[in-house]
Amino acid sequence: METYSFLREMADSWALLLLVIFFVGTWFWAFRPGSRDLHDDAADVVFRHEDTPASEKDDDDNNTPGSEGRS
Amino acid sequence: MWDQMKVVAFGVITLLAAIAASWARDLAYQVHALIVMMVSAGMFIWSVRQIDEPKPPQPTGYMDGVIRYGVIATAFWGLAGFLVGTFIAFQLAFPALNFEVLQGIGNFGRLRPLHTSAVIFAFGGNALICTSFYVVQRTSAARLWGGNLAWFVFWGYNLFIVLAATGYLLGATQSKEYAEPEWYVDIWLTIVWVAYLVVFLGTIVKRKEPHIYVANWFYLAFIITVAMLHIVNNLAVPVSIFGSKSVQLFAGVQDAMTQWWYGHNAVGFFLTAGFLGMMYYFIPKQAERPVYSYKLSIIHFWALIFLYIWAGPHHLHYTALPDWASTLGMVFSIILWMPSWGGMINGLMTLSGAWDKIRTDPIIRMMVISLGFYGMSTFEGPMMSIRAVNSLSHYTDWTIGHVHSGALGWNGMITFAALYFLTPRLWNRAGLYSLRLVNWHFWLATIGIVLYAASMWVTGIMEGLMWREVDAQGFLVNSFADTVDAKFPMYVVRGLGGVLYLSGAIIMVYNLWMTAFGKAQPAATTDNAAIPAE
Repeated sequence: METYSFLREMADSWALLLLVIFFVGTWFWAFRPGSRDLHDDAADVVFRHEDTPASEKDDDDNNTPGSEGRS
Repeated sequence: MWDQMKVVAFGVITLLAAIAASWARDLAYQVHALIVMMVSAGMFIWSVRQIDEPKPPQPTGYMDGVIRYGVIATAFWGLAGFLVGTFIAFQLAFPALNFEVLQGIGNFGRLRPLHTSAVIFAFGGNALICTSFYVVQRTSAARLWGGNLAWFVFWGYNLFIVLAATGYLLGATQSKEYAEPEWYVDIWLTIVWVAYLVVFLGTIVKRKEPHIYVANWFYLAFIITVAMLHIVNNLAVPVSIFGSKSVQLFAGVQDAMTQWWYGHNAVGFFLTAGFLGMMYYFIPKQAERPVYSYKLSIIHFWALIFLYIWAGPHHLHYTALPDWASTLGMVFSIILWMPSWGGMINGLMTLSGAWDKIRTDPIIRMMVISLGFYGMSTFEGPMMSIRAVNSLSHYTDWTIGHVHSGALGWNGMITFAALYFLTPRLWNRAGLYSLRLVNWHFWLATIGIVLYAASMWVTGIMEGLMWREVDAQGFLVNSFADTVDAKFPMYVVRGLGGVLYLSGAIIMVYNLWMTAFGKAQPAATTDNAAIPAE
């Protein structure tokens, strides 16, 4: 029963606190300043590379995409 | 060297399966050993013929062959699952359909798990595997990692389905809802699932896009959580290595809690998180505009992941489970309403500025109604998890109606929409064979669900009220058989709803078949059934 009591105490205190902090942290992380451009770019991922994977030489162009739309 | 090792491995497996078949202690195990033996023998012959064949050059581009097979398997298992479901609905209305000659194989008790596993794991699972392979490649701009491992995942998963289905009919079950397969089938699924995780993760690791698109987060959560749930809920010791029977490690209320921790998170991570991955890719694609709010999608993801895992105890109200545990489950179920509707709003608002597509594009219409049913069932679910409501709804057909409005409405419709999206692209066609048939499918399926859900609400609440009705002296007014008798008309309506839903699916399969393999290839615009009325 010692293991049970120990785990129960951890779950009620530190584990709960850490989980809540992590969860609230995701909100702040999503709304952090400067994330808008990143998120706009990420939301456009579905409209790139519809038919073929990125070729090796494309690697450097990855940060200026989004204009070609769906092919 | 690898080729020779494969030949040896398949030969050894064939031999071991033959030994297992002859020493089998029960029929289900024997049949399974024979299936494994035949599959392995076939693979043995095939791999012998492959030896010393010239190796084709390493292919580039996206790996779409396995996705094509996945689309076909999804459509096939969907039809099979809906057919069995409709049949057992009529078995409940007309018990004579439990034919005497099929007693012990074809009666309701054997066919019911066949139906649930066929629609959830065969139809839904194949849809999740093939769409996740499609989405992860496109959003990572990389070919699937692991070469033929993706083929192993596809065939291995479908072998799991065949073993599970034949096992149910022959009576091999560990009696855990949605986790019926016996120990060796569970072990096989674990192997396949780890391979699935490795293929998916490998593709993400070698991605060319800097960001992991949100759909992949949902798919990944689905794969990892299902692995965890599957292993913990199936901790069992086989009675014999040559028999299908096993004994659970947990007992009593611990076993019940583990089962419903598994059961509810199968809903949460298999039928919700995975399908939300589909939603976050296919709705923006079909609407041709990015998801409404990417920030909301991040919060949607983390909120869903954090909350769902605690909701399971609401299946065990008024049982031996301690009150604090069932209260915990109830509270988390109610909080869960918020992220669910956040996700629904995010999907619906993706159409903002393109609402006209609901009128002109039947595929968009299907996606919208799937989100509508998602919103409806994720409101109904939290409500039913409240202890007072649950005391009326539990053990009644209200639960069955709730499950089906989620499964037929949300999972079914979004999968149909994804299949309509994928088929022309995977077979290089200009468009679908017929949009008019998509429209027919849409209306048949929608009316079918409405008939199903409405009749189950009526019969469920009626049944719940009849069970608790007492007279002035405190005696129960109705016997159980009275409620069964009163439910007959609603059972017939429910069966008819199933017939409509099945007919819609048959139309879909015809349409997809003609799109992929038919001669005519009309462009999408020439057969547009829904030209906007100007």
